[in-house]
Amino acid sequence: MIVERGTRVINLVQAVNEALDLALERDPRVVLFGEDVGKMGGVFRASDGLQPKYGEKRVFDTPLAESGIVGFAIGMAMAGLRPVAEIQFAGFLYPALDQILSHLGRMRHRTRGRFTIPLVIRAPYGGGVKTPEQHADSPEAILCHVPGVKVIIPSSPERAKGLLLAAIEDPDPVFFLEAIKLYRGVKAEVPEGYYTLPIGKARVVREGNAATLIAYGGMVEVCQKAAEVAAHEGVELEVIDAETLVPLDTPTLVESVAKTGRAVVVYEAMRTGGFGAEIAARLAEEALDYLEAPVVRVAGWDAPYPPFSAVENFYRPDAKRVLEAVRRVLMY
Amino acid sequence: MDTVRYLDDDGKPLRDIPLSEEELLSGYRALRRARHFDERALVLQRQGRLGVYPPFRGQEAAQVGVALCLEPSRDWLLPSYRETAAAITFGMPLSKLILSWRADPAGWGAPPEVNMVQFYIPIATQVPQAAGVAHALRLQGKDAVAAVFIGDGGTSEGDFHEGLNFASVFDAPLLVVVQNNGWAISVPTQKQMKVQRIALKAQGYGIPGVTVDGNDLVAVWTVARKAAARARAGEGPTLIEALTYRVAPHTSSDDPGRYRTEDEAEAWKKRDPIDRMRGCLLHLGLWDEEKERALSEELEAEFLTAVEEADQASEPRPWEIVEQVYAEMQPDQQAAWQYLHGGEA
Repeated sequence: MIVERGTRVINLVQAVNEALDLALERDPRVVLFGEDVGKMGGVFRASDGLQPKYGEKRVFDTPLAESGIVGFAIGMAMAGLRPVAEIQFAGFLYPALDQILSHLGRMRHRTRGRFTIPLVIRAPYGGGVKTPEQHADSPEAILCHVPGVKVIIPSSPERAKGLLLAAIEDPDPVFFLEAIKLYRGVKAEVPEGYYTLPIGKARVVREGNAATLIAYGGMVEVCQKAAEVAAHEGVELEVIDAETLVPLDTPTLVESVAKTGRAVVVYEAMRTGGFGAEIAARLAEEALDYLEAPVVRVAGWDAPYPPFSAVENFYRPDAKRVLEAVRRVLMY
Repeated sequence: MDTVRYLDDDGKPLRDIPLSEEELLSGYRALRRARHFDERALVLQRQGRLGVYPPFRGQEAAQVGVALCLEPSRDWLLPSYRETAAAITFGMPLSKLILSWRADPAGWGAPPEVNMVQFYIPIATQVPQAAGVAHALRLQGKDAVAAVFIGDGGTSEGDFHEGLNFASVFDAPLLVVVQNNGWAISVPTQKQMKVQRIALKAQGYGIPGVTVDGNDLVAVWTVARKAAARARAGEGPTLIEALTYRVAPHTSSDDPGRYRTEDEAEAWKKRDPIDRMRGCLLHLGLWDEEKERALSEELEAEFLTAVEEADQASEPRPWEIVEQVYAEMQPDQQAAWQYLHGGEA
């Protein structure tokens, strides 16, 4: 709930920093840790200034070991704390997948609620800023395939702050992925003080009637650009930010497609098995009667994210490719 | 490296025993209680009244000796699938354990007063978690320790090393207990690792490593007690290697005849932890046949009551599949719940 209060214009990483600060201040059970999050304040400065403020017991550096970090965080959460663990890049989550798949998502279920894991794992993801190999991966689909976890990918500073605070309050494990491209790439008015936003709600970020663009995280910005270009040609596209992938707000997506009759799903992970495939499948199941064209996906190519920045922009979907897909669904 | 022993193979004390008579008697009872459960569980399994069951015969002392140093409502136990003896001693109700090995959800959760995490099936994944539990206990200023059990095979997993490293870096109050029973299903320790003393691995993490005769309850109890006191004093974790032997098969579905000789098992049976402890009590004049008979009767009565309780648990219902996935059911679980419930909301 957003209470009337002042706002300031800040970027997404500042919004994350504010949320972490407020969570540490509000709840003594909250602890923050990961590689370089303490003294250095995180490789993206998301935890800047927090160790001096809250001390080394609550904000600390860990050994360099992702499985260790996630396993350690699981144990801490079971024993009564509210850990927020940072994985330096989402592409570095892979060594921790055993912890995630074998335990994180199923501890509540396998102990019939005796032990639960109120844990948030934050990780930057995605491309567009010419990072080295492995740093630009978008592994959200892997995480969405784990029963018992929630997956949130905010696309604006205001959403990031409120959703991160909601994630820390949430009794279940939450993955919170932050698009690297948006860290300093977007600035917006963000309310001051503590507030949370509901997990599991998609939002219409631009209204239109010709077709629906569905995206999340870094791709929302791309879709908004495409919609602006289309508007100059008199084509009004609706843009929806899915925002929470698990649990997915399918009714909001269906409602939009009921209005526009056409949908393009945009994501920057590899196309095959990507989360956009899940969105397309749900629309096929629940919105078929409204669809006047097949749901089309715009995604990364079926290849590793290119480790050479010169061709990065050919991999990552841009407004041009989104508009080509829009043309396809409009001409169908 | 020396192996800590207090009893010879017949149970005769080799040195002064740092346990009271009362403790020795309660320790023997705990061993017998675990053995009784194991024997009767195998019978239930053969009757089709238990699922796949991993017996622990021969490893009672290694588990019971550690569990006797812990308090279930304060300390934590993170066992792998072969630690039913530790679970029994730590305070898990027998009926829950029967249900657990029936793969019945009613047996999956420990009672609120018992801090035992349901038996872990993946190998060594619980070690970093145990380090996290221990660190959290310390951060919260609790006078409590965590104990985690794995087998010799588990020391090959990356999580064993990451967990030990985290525990040592943070001085976590943790007991890492490796039951070195010589085999990881069919693979002998010699083919699992070059180093033949698992306790030596502790040196890589700057923590104490102790090898103890895992079939000697007095030795395990004493070593674990010292490690727990050290942990409680804020001095960090200890790696305990308990040398023991899996006399029984890996699980009720395993045939050890395919990979090991029965001579080996027979040799270990002569060092049976329960016979040795009874030998100790007899040597000290604390035990006799009548007490043994009375104990057997008591344990059988307790077991039969537990089976009765377990049998009375209601059958798991289909919709339980999607319960306890999240704190509150999300739309997808809700839809599945309604379907499994026959359309009734």
